[in-house]
Parts: sequence; structure tokens; C-alpha cells
Amino acid sequence: MTPAELAGQAAALAHKASILAQNAAGFAAQEAARGPHGAPLIDLFAVFVMAVFVGYYVIWSVTPALHSPLMAVTNAISSVIIVGAMLAAGLHGDFAAHAFGFLAIMLVSVNIFGGFMVTARMLSMFRKKTK
Amino acid sequence: MNYASDPGITLAYIVSAVLFILALRGLSSPVTSRRGNQLGMAGMVIAILATLAHPGMMLGGVGLIIVAVAIGGTVGAVVAKRIQMTALPQLVAAFHSLVGLAAVFVAAAALNAPQSFGIGTPGHLRLESLIEMSIGLAIGAVTFTGSIIAFAKLQALMKGTPITFKGQHYLNLAIGILILVLVIAFVASGGSQTLFWLIALAALALGFLLIIPIGGADMPVVVSMLNSYSGWAAAGIGFTISNYALIITGALVGSSGAILSYIMCKGMNRSIINVLLGGFGTDSGAGGPAATMGDKTVKSGSAEDAAFIMSNASKVIIVPGYGMAVAQAQHAVREMADLLKAEGVEVKYAIHPVAGRMPGHMNVLLAEANVPYDEVFELETINNEFSTADVVYVIGANDVTNPAAKTNSASPIYGMPILEVDKAKTVLFVKRSMASGYAGVDNELFFRDNTMMLFGDAKKMTEEIAQSLGK
Repeated sequence: MTPAELAGQAAALAHKASILAQNAAGFAAQEAARGPHGAPLIDLFAVFVMAVFVGYYVIWSVTPALHSPLMAVTNAISSVIIVGAMLAAGLHGDFAAHAFGFLAIMLVSVNIFGGFMVTARMLSMFRKKTK
Repeated sequence: MNYASDPGITLAYIVSAVLFILALRGLSSPVTSRRGNQLGMAGMVIAILATLAHPGMMLGGVGLIIVAVAIGGTVGAVVAKRIQMTALPQLVAAFHSLVGLAAVFVAAAALNAPQSFGIGTPGHLRLESLIEMSIGLAIGAVTFTGSIIAFAKLQALMKGTPITFKGQHYLNLAIGILILVLVIAFVASGGSQTLFWLIALAALALGFLLIIPIGGADMPVVVSMLNSYSGWAAAGIGFTISNYALIITGALVGSSGAILSYIMCKGMNRSIINVLLGGFGTDSGAGGPAATMGDKTVKSGSAEDAAFIMSNASKVIIVPGYGMAVAQAQHAVREMADLLKAEGVEVKYAIHPVAGRMPGHMNVLLAEANVPYDEVFELETINNEFSTADVVYVIGANDVTNPAAKTNSASPIYGMPILEVDKAKTVLFVKRSMASGYAGVDNELFFRDNTMMLFGDAKKMTEEIAQSLGK
């Protein structure tokens, strides 16, 4: 391999590298445009729509006898909104954010403990015939 | 430094969402349900731990979180331990109101500290975040006041009768449009505090106004619907803070409540719109006492008579309704059933989908009284068995047994699926008086030859029957 060929190949590689770098910069810019969360709205929406369908099929399979515990447990799990409240209360922020976060955590904690416990209480009562 | 960009934490949220799905899946049978509930708890613990693992979590903040969880958790635990099973519907309504209010607070926190959620800086929030935030806020606020009213009605702090006035629906529509306009202005303003709280106020008023015209017996639909709203509110907040666990859970809960509302409406043969517009059963009592029925006479009997008839039967079907819950008669009913079974009588229970004040209310009460769940049947399963039953014991139910639903096209309950108790040889009706049911319709069953009315308190009457049986 002559020095000239080597130089030619090096130049070609450098050209490819620059294209890759440009692409990468483009992707990075796109990522940045999506906001710091990385997940664009449409992705979140896709997950949401799928979850609605999962919910549809799962809920129809729930036996009518357990519709009361279903309401209690859905109540408990919707309290996962505590995640938002914890970020508000636990991260650096102003007084208002901390106060609202604190109040929200308190409210949904009632639900988390109350909801799961009352569901457990209900379910513990459902017994089969003992013969 | 954003939590959602940490794949470990995101993965944990996805795991918790899957556990929630499994928790609901477990409810397909009582056998798997208890394990399901435990999976749900595990999901919640994982979601909370994942959030605590956020790199920006401050030590003081963690302290704040622990204090808040301790206070709320204690209240929740005490309430869950003490609550009477008959009071479940109002408990669930109260719980819904808390999720609604929490959604309002989280939206407010996100407005004040958008950097914590990576959605901008105060006064400069991302457009889509503002839209998502106002959806979560509005639905949350409607859920909050709506649930408070539902709670007040169920707890009898407020009369269960519908409150209606002229132009009610136009007022609601106007408030709905106002909210829409405020949301647009709020988004355009880039996140004005004033507009935020105006949306909250308007939505709080709307929640209140939406529920007051809905009567007591339509509460199963209302409670399911508010369940649904609390889910959509959570999903709205999930979008605001880009959290998969919240979005998925919100969607699950939202569709759960929607399906339950649908089942309840179908159980009454009414459209959801018809229920929501309210005013149903406003003239209850207009059907009036038996006196207005002119020449028709009613056969009434004593507890001894009822005991005699039932002990000579070979098959008895018990039909419980809201009246059983009010009288707390479920334990007495089970004792009576035990005595009958001891005499060799076959006993089954038939549950109408809208019996009680929330979906599945009767099933829980019977389970509480140690009635095995394999003796309890849903309408479709048991309806063809009434013709083979010697006695049907109707306790605290009325409209759901009324044959007018099948025969009288002018009746407000026409088309509603009913438990065909009229096919049984003898029908025993435990009732306090001849007053008509919730729908304000007379029940022709009361006047039939094979019907015997047992006038009195449901619990007392059932206990007296049990006493006579025990002799």
C-alpha cells in the first residue's frame, strides 16, 4: 500500500466520520427538541392507548362478584400519582411546590394504605363452601 | 440529570405498571384475587422506591415525604380497619375525592416547579405540558367535588333525592365551555397562576353541579364514573410528568370505571347520558301507598307463616337489595339460610347487577356474613332457576323484581333486566311499608295470590323467621 493510497483511504474515512458526526448531531438536536424527558408525546400516547386496551380486556375478565374490590383496588393503584407528588416535595423547588407536594402525598397515602387494606379485608371474606 | 432518562428508574416504573395489571387480572376469581392484591402493593412499593432513587432527591425532601406518608398512611389504615362493609360505597367515593384533589395539587406543584418535572422553567412551560396539566387539573377538580357530593349523598349527609332546577344542563354546558376557554387562555399565557386557579374553580363548580341532580339509586353509576375520572386525571398528570407508571395505571383505572359504568347502565336499561342528566325517580312515592291501588288487596303474613312456608320448601332463593344493607341484615339472612339448610332446604342467592349502591356491593356484604361465594349467583346464571324454586325471599329489593319491566312499555323501568322472581311458587317480600321503589313504580307482584308481604324491618323480620325455624 503506497502512502498515497493510505492518504486516500484516510481521507475517505475522515469523510465518513464527518457524515456520521453530522448525523449524530442531527439526532442529538432531535432528542433535545423532544425535551429533557426523551420520550416524545406521541410515544407516551401510544403507551396510553395500548394501556386502555389492556385495561378493557383485563377488566371484562373480572368476575362481577368482585366488582367492589375492583373499585377499591383501582383506587389504590391510581394513587401511584404519589410519584408526581414526591418529585414536587423531594426535589429542589420553591415553597409552593413543596407544600403542594406534601399535601398531595398525604392525601394519596390515605388511599394507598386505605385502598389496599380495605381490598385485602374484602377479599379475605370471600370463601368457598366448606363441606 | 433527569429521572426519566435513567433507564433503571424507567424500568422500575414499567415493572410496577405490569404488577398493577396483574393485580387487576387476579380479580378474575376470588382464589387468585388475594395474590393479585399483594402484587398491586408490591407495584406501589417499587414505584415509590424508584422515585426515591431520583438523583435530585434532597435529604430534607425525603424527610418531608416520610412525614406525609406516615400521616396519610395512618389515617388510611385506621379507616380501612374500622369501616363497616355497609359503608363501603361512601368510603370509595371519599377515596376518589382524594385522588382528584391530589391531581389538582400535583398540577399546581408542576406549575410552580416545572424544572422538577423537566417541563420548563417557571413562567416558561412547554406547550404540551401546559395542555396535559390543565387536563389533569380539570378532571381532578371535577372528580374531587363530584365525589364529595356522592359521598354526602351515600352517607346521608345530603338527601339522596335529585336536586334539579331550570336551565341546569345549560349552566353545566356553559361552565364546560368556560373551562375550555380558560384552558386555551392558560396555555396561551405560558402558565398563568391566576388562570390555573380559575380553571380549578370552574371545574370544582362543575363537579358539584354534575352530581347533585343524580339520585341515590343511580349512585352505582356515579361511583363507577368517578372511579373512571380519577383514572383519567392520573393519566393526565402522567403525561405532564412523562411517567409510564402513571399513564398506564391511569388508563387501566379509567377504562375500569368506564366499563363498570356501562355494566351498571345496562343493568338498568338506561343510557349513561340519561343517568348523567339526572332527575330520575324525582317523583318517587307518587305511585303512593296501596290505598291508591283501589280494589287490589295485599296478602300479608307473619314471621311464623314465612318460617313455615320456607321450612316446607325444597329450594329457596334469596334476593337481597339495598334495604338489606341499610338494615344490616346480612348476618341474620345467613343464620336463617343455615337453619334452612339444616332442614335439608337448598338455598341460593340471586344478585341483580345494580343491587346496592356500588357494583358488587351485595356480594361483599354476603361474603362478610360468611355466605360462601359459590352459593351466590348473578342474574344471567340464576334467572332460569326461579321457576324451579318453591320460595323466593326478597329482602330490601323491589324494582329489580318488578315484572312491569317486561310487560308495561309505559313504565319508566321498562326494558330493565329483572330477576324473574314471579316464576317461583311463592314470593315472600320483606318490606317496611307499601311505598313504591326508587323508580316510583308500583310493583304488581305485591298483589299477586302467590305473594306474601312480610311487613317490618328487614333485620328484625329475618331474625324472627330464624327464631321460628329454630324451634
